[in-house]
Parts: sequence; C-alpha cells; structure tokens
Amino acid sequence: MLDPAILFPSILNGLTTGAVYALIALGLTLIYGVLHIINFAHGAALMMALYGVYFLHEKLGLDPYVSLPIMVPAMFVAGYGLYRGVIARASHGKDENILLVTLGLSIILENAALYFWKSDTLTIETPYTLSTVNIFGAMISTPKVVAFGGALVATVILLLIIGKTNLGRAIRACAKERQGARLVGIDVDHVFAMSFGIGLACLGAAACFLLPAYYVNPQVGNGFVLIAFTIVVLGGMGSFVGALLGGFLIGIVESIGGLMLGESLGQIGIFVIFIAVLLFRPQGLFGAKA
Amino acid sequence: MRSLWLIALLVLVVALLPLFVTSGFAINFVIMVLYATLLGQAWNILGGFGGQFSFGHAVFFGTGAYAMSVLQVKFGLNAWLALPCAVVLGGLVGTGIGALSFRYGLKGSYFSLVTLAFAEVFRILANTFDFTGAGVGLQLPLKESAADLQFATKTGYLYAVLALAAISLLTAWWLKNSRYGAWLTAVRDNEDSAAALGVNAFRVKLIAISISGALMASGGAFYVQMYRYIDPHIAYGSSISVEALLAAIIGGMGTIFGPLLGAVVLHALSELTRNYIPDAPGVSLIIYGALLVLIIMFMPRGIAGLFGRKR
Amino acid sequence: MLAANNLAISFGGLKAVANVSLRVPPGKITALIGPNGAGKSTLFGLVSGFLKPDAGSVVLEGRDITGIKPHAVCRLGMTRTFQIVQPFAQQTVRENIAVGAHLHLAGRKAALAAAEEVAGRVGLTEQLDKLASDLTIAGRKRLELARALATRPKLILLDEVLAGLNPQEIGEMIPVLRGIRDSGVTVFMIEHVMQAVMNLAEYVWVIAQGELIAEGLPGEVTSNEQVIEAYLGHGTAARLREKGATRG
Repeated sequence: MLDPAILFPSILNGLTTGAVYALIALGLTLIYGVLHIINFAHGAALMMALYGVYFLHEKLGLDPYVSLPIMVPAMFVAGYGLYRGVIARASHGKDENILLVTLGLSIILENAALYFWKSDTLTIETPYTLSTVNIFGAMISTPKVVAFGGALVATVILLLIIGKTNLGRAIRACAKERQGARLVGIDVDHVFAMSFGIGLACLGAAACFLLPAYYVNPQVGNGFVLIAFTIVVLGGMGSFVGALLGGFLIGIVESIGGLMLGESLGQIGIFVIFIAVLLFRPQGLFGAKA
Repeated sequence: MRSLWLIALLVLVVALLPLFVTSGFAINFVIMVLYATLLGQAWNILGGFGGQFSFGHAVFFGTGAYAMSVLQVKFGLNAWLALPCAVVLGGLVGTGIGALSFRYGLKGSYFSLVTLAFAEVFRILANTFDFTGAGVGLQLPLKESAADLQFATKTGYLYAVLALAAISLLTAWWLKNSRYGAWLTAVRDNEDSAAALGVNAFRVKLIAISISGALMASGGAFYVQMYRYIDPHIAYGSSISVEALLAAIIGGMGTIFGPLLGAVVLHALSELTRNYIPDAPGVSLIIYGALLVLIIMFMPRGIAGLFGRKR
Repeated sequence: MLAANNLAISFGGLKAVANVSLRVPPGKITALIGPNGAGKSTLFGLVSGFLKPDAGSVVLEGRDITGIKPHAVCRLGMTRTFQIVQPFAQQTVRENIAVGAHLHLAGRKAALAAAEEVAGRVGLTEQLDKLASDLTIAGRKRLELARALATRPKLILLDEVLAGLNPQEIGEMIPVLRGIRDSGVTVFMIEHVMQAVMNLAEYVWVIAQGELIAEGLPGEVTSNEQVIEAYLGHGTAARLREKGATRG
C-alpha cells in the first residue's frame, strides 16, 4: 500500500518527534502520578523554558545543549517555588481547584510572554540546525536524533531517581499514601514541591532539545499541552516507561496520520486516541487502575 | 422570587438604555457584558450547578456559529430559521459528548480534558473541510435588516443579546427553583447520596450538558450575526472556552447572577487596562489569569459569595 | 418484604459476602450485626444496587431487583443511608432533605415544606436553615435519616445510624426509630450499638467473615456461642462458661 521508502522515514520521524513529546510528558506524568494534579500550566512552562533557551543563545551565545545544566536547575527552582508559593496554597484540597489554578497560571504566563516578546515566532540558528543523520537511508534531522537520545537518558535518570534514591522513596510514599507519609515524618509539602520541580526540570531539558529543531512563540505551549496529556493518559498516569513509549506511539501516529490525511487532519488521530483512552481504558497501557 | 424581580428589572433597565444613552461606547460595553454573561451562564449550568468543569465549551459555541453560517451561506436559510437549528445542534452535540463521557463515568479532571479534546477535534475538522470554509472560514453577506437578524445600529444587537442573556438568567433561576435543579446540585455535591435518594445521575447530567450546549451555541450564533465572520480558531479556540469559565468562576459558580457579575468585572477591567496600559495586547488577560488564581485561592465562591447566601 | 437469596461477592479473591440468604419481614425493625469487616455494609450495597453480586439474587416485594441501579431501587421503595455520612455539604438541611422529598413531589415549594415536616420527625427543626457542613455528627446522622425518610420508603436501610453518638443522643434517637416503624416503614439496620439492638430489634441476623452465622430474637442471638466467638475471639464462649461455673 504505502511505499516503504516513504513509510520508513515517516516512522523514524515520528519516533524522534515522539521522543520530544515524551520528554514533555515525563514531567507531566511525574506530577500527576505523585501529586494527582493535572498541571495545566505545563505547556506554558515549556514555552517559558523555550524562551529561556532562546535568550541564552541570543544574548550569551550559549548552544542549547550547553544550556542544559542551566535550564534544568532553573526550571527545577521555578517549579519548586511555584508549587510552594501558589499551587499548594490554592488547592484547599480539591482537585478541580488545582486544575483551575494551573489554568490561571498558564493564562498569565502565555500573555506575559505576549506582552514582553510580542507574538513573533522566533528560531535559533545553530551549526547543526540543518544537518541530518542517515539512518538506513532515511535522512533524519540531527537535533531530533539527539532529542531521541536525550529522551532515553532522561527516562533512565528519572527511573533511577524514583527507584534508587531516598527522595524517590519518599516520593513514592507520598504518592501512595499522603497521610501515612506525614505520620512517618516525611515533609509531604516539600516532597510534593520537589516532584513538581523535577517535573518542570524535565521541561527545561525538553526545551534544550526542542528549540534547535523547532521554534518559540507565546502560543507554542498550547499545541503541546493536549499532546502531552494524551501521552500521559495513554502511557498510564505515573509511568515513565509508559510516557516514553506513549510518546513514541503518538509521534508515529501523528507522522503517519499526517502522511495519510494531510498535515491538518493528521493531528486528529491523536485526539481521537485521547478520547478513546479516557473513555475505554483510563488507566492507560501501563498504569494501575485508579 | 426576589431574583425573578431582579432579572426583570435588569431587562427593563437595559431595554430602556438606548433612550437615555447615546454613547456608542457605552452601548457596546453593555452588549459585551451581556454576551459574556450568556457564555458564562451557559458554562455555569454545567460547571457551577452541575459540578462538571468543561474546559472545551468552545465546542458548543463553534457548533452554533458554524451552523448559523453554513445554513445561511451554503443553504440560503433565513437567519431567524437558522437560529433554532444552531441552538438545537449545540444541544445535540452536548447530548452526544455527555452520553459518551458520563456513560463511561468521566469525572473531574478527566472530564475537563475530554471536553478540551473534543473542542480540538471539531477545530481540526472545521479547518479541513470546505463545507465549513476550511482555514479561511466563512463570511456572512451584509444584509443589515432585522428580517435577516442583522441590524444597522448596535441597538438591535443590544436587544438580541439581551433576550439571549435573559433566557440564560431565567434558566439559572429555574435551576434554583425546580426539582430538576435540586437533583442537579445533589449530583454535584454527592453523586452516591443522590443516587440513594432516587436521582438518576446520568440522565440529570445529560440534560445539563444539553442545555448548556444549547445556550452556548446561541452565543456562537449571536457572534456570527454581529461580526459576520467565523473561522476555526475563533469558533473552537481555547479563548472562548476560557472566557466562559472565567466569568462564571470569578462571578460565582452555581449562582444566578454570578456570570453577570463576572462579566461586568472582566470587561470593566479590560477597559481600565486599555486606558492605563495602552498598546499592550493581552495585558487584560494576564489580569484575568491572576484574578482566576486569586479567586480560587481566597474567594472560591466568587464575587457572589461576598453577598452571603443571597444569590 | 425483602429477600436476599444466596448473595455472594468477592473483591480480588477476598470473599466479602458468601452465600447469604435472609428475609426481612415487613413492618418490623430488624438488625444485622457482626464484627467489623464482616461484610455488613457490603451486603447493604448488594441489596441496594450499589454493588453487583457475583451470585444470588435480591427480591423486593416479590420483584427481582438484582443488579438494578440504586436510583431505581429507591424509586421502588427501598432507600439506604450511608455509614460515613455524605450530606450535600454546601446546601442547607432543608435543601438536603428536599432532595429526598422530590422523589414524589415535583413542586419546589411542596418539597421544601415536606422537608420541614420530616425534619420535625427526627428533631432537626432548629437546624433547618443551617448548612449541612455546619452540623455536628449527631446532626448529620439525623440529616442522613431525614433525607432517606423524605423519599417515603417502604423499607429503609440504616447503616450504623447511631455510630459516633453519645448515650444521650442514642437515647434520643431510639424513639425516633420506633416512630418510623410505627408509621409503617420497615426498618432494617446495621448496628454496633448493642443497647439499640436489644431495645429495638425484633429479629437479628449475625454475619461474620461474609457468612451468616446466626439469626433469631436478640436475646437468643447474643447468647449464641458462635456469635460470642465471632466478636470476642475463639474460645471465649468456653472461658465465659467456666467463669460462670466457678462463680457458682
């Protein structure tokens, strides 16, 4: 049916795009898995991180990959502060409230960006922006291949943090049983803030990998929000491996969808999957039943 | 009963407004406030009274707007005939989304996300097919005659939106004073208890989302008649969804006048920022976002909550 | 009036209710007792439509209602309360009760008036305009009862309606419950408060670890050895007998 010469690169492209989606979704799935909140501000936070990488490049001449050790901690601190300062205070214990607060934050961030930097779409030029890598005959853009590797590394790091460190143990405890964790002396608010911080730190990494192959403007976050949610739900809320694989799957769906239905209609596959998963298998492919 | 008088008074005051006020700016302001009230009240029916927070209410708005446009432009139907079609279609879309979502027990955040996804799906569809004008959208021919639901002066639109907003307020009043409304708020506050008391939660929620969809669609229809242009981004974009929920939440969810209060505050703020911080697109939105966060943090019952339990 | 036939349900391998059959007679107050975790609330859930049994059937006034949704069960005349009270927190006592009244009354005014009347029967008249979230635990229990009563049930399932009340409050509730029975409503209650069971119940079933281990008049059942063992542990009955014997 479809010529393998076209299908193969399409799948590879989907995989690499999906890797970036996965990076974005990893943070979201951590935040949901631990705090049980749907972070609506995730897209806006990504947008801010992208601007961060952009300005580090334009003003300080820093290559996006070199900016990693700056962006990741910066986003972590931002996330920690945001949680402790705003989100924790606003929840009053209700899920819907947090949803609305993060929505409010995303509105603030998006329009603040609009105010400061106008709505121009900005890109950066790096030596490797246009270079490609030859994978079995398919020419895949280099930044995307690097992003693929980055996503794998990030997943492993997250798994190690959650699985092997004391913090990870505390995080798992708080995720499972908030009150119990308090009773054994865990500072739950601190752990939650750390988790939120790590979640946003992932966005810092994602931005570094994303900008070379993409662009930034105030609305860019919107496009990623729903896709990220789709991946989180598909992979199973709270599962890193699920987010990674979900990212790949969505990336491929989008790529092949675009191939078969055209750019515009192609995206519909993602949202149809999203709705279907929410309705018929809300625990996703890898998640535990809620 | 008091609320009913208040609604009547409001309608009277606005209806008489054009006799005393000639400022186009003022009339326009009132139109915008009433329009926002309509959207907010539509959201309020499902979100405030029903407890189901939709983040994609634009899906109903856009359906109404496109129905209105397509019926007139592609089928030559008269606007007055297209209007009920648009409203009914909005209601049916609500029924459809509700039937799927509630049948599978979607609640809370999951429900919010699914509505967002539906809005996106509709946006992509509208953007793809020539039937809806694809990315270019649809333009309504200028007719400027009441017979075609277009008006030469703003006054006509004032009365049109007043009628729709009044209907939405009366719907909210009905919810506060009817058996169905009692059932709806019971389901909102505790679905299990409500079921144990004989309330069919699924059917109750389904009716709520249908009414909400129909009202929202009427807002979309009004928009199209006034601006005579619609495209996928305007119709199904997130700004409409956000505008609807902002008015309801800031004004006070689950109250009759909450959306009206919210609409007044939001538009007043918008005008103030336009005056004091000119040339800054989106600044009013920053304030809206901040207001949303602050209200949730400190005044979750919204502005109406300040008035005690009198709603 | 209500018959449970061989009801059974398991949750992930744990048999919460196994082969339970009982017949609730009309017009009386009857009780279901048993140690914590025995499966009493689960049985209520099965009978009222909140849980679907793995096996067995539920028959209400001759009509098979197995698996019917809770709201439909209520419409057929059986209403339940919850062990952990679930009021409509942001609404007043009057509005809460009115929801129940609306089952039979379409008019808002009529429902609110009926709510007042029911509130009077359970002693909530003073609190009618208070928010449900502002009530004490005793008040909330009464509210739970009032809401269920407002649906004009033929059979009311009370899940530990006296739990958490002090002796005085319990003393106040007992005549209320009797009054409900006297007005023609069949009462089937889960209770831990023995004072109430002995005072009110005309027939008792004992459930332990998901199975029915005894039934009969309150006096018979509480001196039943198996029942004592279920509550107090294996061998207690024998020890108590010995104690009784040595005391002479």
